[in-house]
Amino acid sequence: MAEPLVRVDGVSKHFGGLAAVDNVSLSVQSGRITALIGPNGAGKTTLFAMISGFLPPSAGRIFHRGEEITGVPPYRLARRGIARTFQIVRPFAGLTVHENIAIGAHLSRRARADALEAAAQVAHLVGLGELLDKTAASLTVAGRKRLELARALATGATLLLLDEVLAGLNPSEIVTMVPTIRALTGRGITILMIEHVMQAVMSLAQHVYVLAEGRILTEGSPQAVVGDARVIEAYLGQGAAARLSAAGGGHV
Amino acid sequence: MSGPSMARILLVVALLATAPMFTASNAVLNFLTVTLMIALVAQGWNVLGGYGGQYSFGHAAFFGTGAYVTAILQVRYGANAWAAFVVGIAGAALVGAVIGALAFRSGLKGSYFALVTLAFAELLRILASVTTITGAGVGTLVALDLRPQAFQFQSRAPFYWIVLALFAVSLIVVRMIEQSRFGAWLVAVRENEDAAKALGINPSQVKLGAMTISAAIAGAGGGFYVQYFLFIDSGIAYGPWISIEALLAPIVGGIGTVFGPLLGALVVKALGEMTMLLGGDAPGLDLVIYGCVLILIVAFAPNGVAGLLLKARQRLTLLNPLRPERPHG
Repeated sequence: MAEPLVRVDGVSKHFGGLAAVDNVSLSVQSGRITALIGPNGAGKTTLFAMISGFLPPSAGRIFHRGEEITGVPPYRLARRGIARTFQIVRPFAGLTVHENIAIGAHLSRRARADALEAAAQVAHLVGLGELLDKTAASLTVAGRKRLELARALATGATLLLLDEVLAGLNPSEIVTMVPTIRALTGRGITILMIEHVMQAVMSLAQHVYVLAEGRILTEGSPQAVVGDARVIEAYLGQGAAARLSAAGGGHV
Repeated sequence: MSGPSMARILLVVALLATAPMFTASNAVLNFLTVTLMIALVAQGWNVLGGYGGQYSFGHAAFFGTGAYVTAILQVRYGANAWAAFVVGIAGAALVGAVIGALAFRSGLKGSYFALVTLAFAELLRILASVTTITGAGVGTLVALDLRPQAFQFQSRAPFYWIVLALFAVSLIVVRMIEQSRFGAWLVAVRENEDAAKALGINPSQVKLGAMTISAAIAGAGGGFYVQYFLFIDSGIAYGPWISIEALLAPIVGGIGTVFGPLLGALVVKALGEMTMLLGGDAPGLDLVIYGCVLILIVAFAPNGVAGLLLKARQRLTLLNPLRPERPHG
């Protein structure tokens, strides 16, 4: 296989005696949607923080387009075309939606007018076109998630790291958000996403990594991964897969 | 970012410039001159505190450096006053850059940043009170030389116009920052540093730039002070009084707005004068009044006088059925 867009090579992160992420390796292929799933506390967000430059790894190396980016600060990564969203949204609350997105657009555009124009285009792309003049603080959760996505997109990123952009949305909001995300790959954008909403992972991701207790449990296509007994046990506890199949209710 | 147009800024400056034509009273002109000087220093604070969200408690460090460099270059090295004034501004900017680099590199934020700026200002005050080049405890006196080329004037009006011109420049600089990418990045850092980083902004660099500009503007206020009063000592230059005035005026007037520092300086200075009329010269009484004003503003008008004015205007347009304008959302 060709050199992946991102290659994580044996990365670990220790907080005191706790190994939040333990010797994890994974790769993100260009032009695809790769998902990272796993139960709460598995280390997904920590791993994300390391890939996006917010946390330096305790061990291991990270590569982007074949070049090492371990420990490179996030603002430099953004200039390389890597942008992330936050699980707990971080809007620039005092600014309007338009101004929020323009901050991202300023990365490659110095002039205010250019940045605002590009921001308006991105806003329409993610369905915020009607809300440009609202303050970010007045948006609903769904709106704020879209704003996170819009700002990251406006930087002109070619790799988006999406940390639970669907969490907290109701089913109808998820249904409208999924095509928005899928459409991005058509624009040549590669996506690595952390997601709990399995319905979305199944329909969006081409490749899934399952993280549990800081380690990669398994990887593969979404269908293969959800049928894996180890994955079910990681979520539901030891023996769960056996009990499910014994009860005849599981399709394991 | 929305803000006043350049035309409105120039209109306000032009109106202020007519003041000496309405009054020949030295007391009034003195009041306006000192108020504009405070507004100038406050505008400096506003760049870093209002737009960048970094609350400095030590803008005396920049005011004092601007003042001392302007005075010392003239008195000890025979430099031209105008040249000394320009070097003073550069010196203040340098001090701002050095303190900023140390503070932001170490990742100091919030109250820690405030404490460190306060500590630097106090350090400079103590140094200035013992070293010979500053005149130590005696202070430095600039020789009387009432010629425009010495940055000294027979009457108050030229001083007033000069401080107004300096303040006008600061207004324009702040407005330009508001409309620039640098300004957008600065506000982004104020609103959320992590989100800013994720969007390609280097917060330390942006804050450092803001602090340097901020210090230069405050330094201009210090240099003007020396030319106006012809005397400086460590307590005036680096004392807490100017650090307090610098942050009080923008907070009262409207933090992170172009006209906030001017509105705030007018309110605060007018209150100070009134206190003097009512209570005489009781030491510290003006500070008590300032404290009360600050509490009232923070409690009831978090956006300062500028915020109150905006709200009042929106009410008026809402009440007027002939001009049905959409209120701001």
